[in-house]
Amino acid sequence: MYGEKVMDHFENPRNQGTIEDADGIGEVGNPQCGDIMKIYIKVSDDIIEDVKFQTFGCGAAIASSSMATEMIKGKPVKEAWDLSNKAVADALEGLPPQKLHCSVLAEEAIHKAINDYRTRNGLEPWEETGGHSHHSN
Amino acid sequence: MTGDNRFIYMDNAATTPARKEVVEAMLPYMSENFGNPSSLYGIAKKSAEAVDNARAQVASAIGASPKEIYFTSGGTEADNWAIKGAAFANRDKGNHIITSQVEHHAVLHTTEWLEKQGFEVTYLPVDKYGMVSPEDVREAITDRTILVTIMMANNEIGTIMPIAEIGKIAREMGVLFHTDAVQAAGHIQVDVNELNIDMLSISGHKFRGPKGTGVLYIGKMAKIDPLMHGGAQERHRRAGTENVPGIVGIGKALELAVAEMDSESKRIAGLRDILIQKILEIPKTHLNGHPEMRLPNNVNVVFEYIEGESILLMLNRRAICASTGSACSSKSLDPSHVLMACGLPPEIIHGSLRLTIGHDTTEDDIDYVVENVRGVVQKLRNMSPLTPPELRE
Ligand SMILES: Cc1ncc(COP(=O)(O)O)c(C=O)c1O
Ligand SMILES: [Zn+2]
Repeated sequence: MYGEKVMDHFENPRNQGTIEDADGIGEVGNPQCGDIMKIYIKVSDDIIEDVKFQTFGCGAAIASSSMATEMIKGKPVKEAWDLSNKAVADALEGLPPQKLHCSVLAEEAIHKAINDYRTRNGLEPWEETGGHSHHSN
Repeated sequence: MTGDNRFIYMDNAATTPARKEVVEAMLPYMSENFGNPSSLYGIAKKSAEAVDNARAQVASAIGASPKEIYFTSGGTEADNWAIKGAAFANRDKGNHIITSQVEHHAVLHTTEWLEKQGFEVTYLPVDKYGMVSPEDVREAITDRTILVTIMMANNEIGTIMPIAEIGKIAREMGVLFHTDAVQAAGHIQVDVNELNIDMLSISGHKFRGPKGTGVLYIGKMAKIDPLMHGGAQERHRRAGTENVPGIVGIGKALELAVAEMDSESKRIAGLRDILIQKILEIPKTHLNGHPEMRLPNNVNVVFEYIEGESILLMLNRRAICASTGSACSSKSLDPSHVLMACGLPPEIIHGSLRLTIGHDTTEDDIDYVVENVRGVVQKLRNMSPLTPPELRE
């Protein structure tokens, strides 16, 4: 059902764990599927210096968390915000159609973590632009 | 045992490999003995005799008479035929059917379809072990009830239903009783007369017979309409040229399974008990299904804080085949209706694992499975945001 890339990230997840003194934390859950994802970020000079994840969920959810954290690590916060679930799925060389909604969680958890970081620092939270929620695929 | 191409198959409730004796018995009926049992010449007679022989094998395995055995294309067809056939044949008597919330979809999707045709269906609840109460059956019967259909043993959690009691109640109240014995036949003793069963479904591939083969037992008292219309096969009740090799296969497989049942079920139940005991040593792990009234081959547990599809994927990487009730592994994204009916919350159901033991399972396999399940559960718990600190490593 899953390709080799997905299985690699699933079996050897990158950036798994927590950050004790995180600058932002985002937790999202999808009760329909039973996936819950928590993202911790450490930001300095507007760069995602470190990122860790914890995931309860299926193979697609775990692999998406791993891939998404790898894709935003070392990137400017705005660039991390713009990471789409489609880009994550593409980087994983595709997910089965019924599993695309699991990869949306990674995008949503990153957004929550970034806005947590922004509010903690007295900044306005960014608005979700929509169009990339579960319902669109 | 875990050499390069070997894998440990722990999904024997899904299907089993056909045994050697069965394949050998079937082979001649694909080529040299290819005759149509309905024809009159010599090789056709051989086919007809083979079908008769299989009918006698099945009849004796369940305490029926050969006249009461009808071959079908599998468990699904047998369930559909029994339920739709009884519903339409007894429409003048009533339109009410009683079943349970934990039946296989072959039953539930059939009764749901009948609801659209104007029938009324009661879906009885189960207790936390997945057991239907016979008294609930009695109370649900009205003067409009034409059929009770309750499975003999559950395919997910292995719970064996109080079929003798339910059969007795249905018989006393004059209502037809069908049971889906797909997981029971060949694994536990089945006697249609002792259990007051009017109709009973069997599937060949669950006891080392061929896939696409099944049986519906129809007792003399049961009046039901055909599902398949066409030729005069199966005494005008199930049309279609007989699947002669398949029929030979299911007959042989059931005969052998029943002959070996005492020793084989004892051995398999012994492995099951070791497996359950060792897996329950993992903290925050619970057994699903009944602790005693349970199929010999079935182990079903839930691990808190983790999800079933990822458990299966990791086990698969370790050459272990298993199954789960998690929503994320199903195409429908619905968590198991059986575990829901047992009262488990969805987040717990997501962490369910079913391991079903078979003829080829050894004690070494059990040790290997336990060791790997333990490791996989820990690996996933370390990854999960839900795991409490004391369970992390
Ligand atoms: C309880 C039960 N009923 C019915 C079926 C359907 O049987 P078959 O696969 O032969 O159609 C199965 C097997 O999947 C089953 O476990
Ligand atoms: Zn998922």
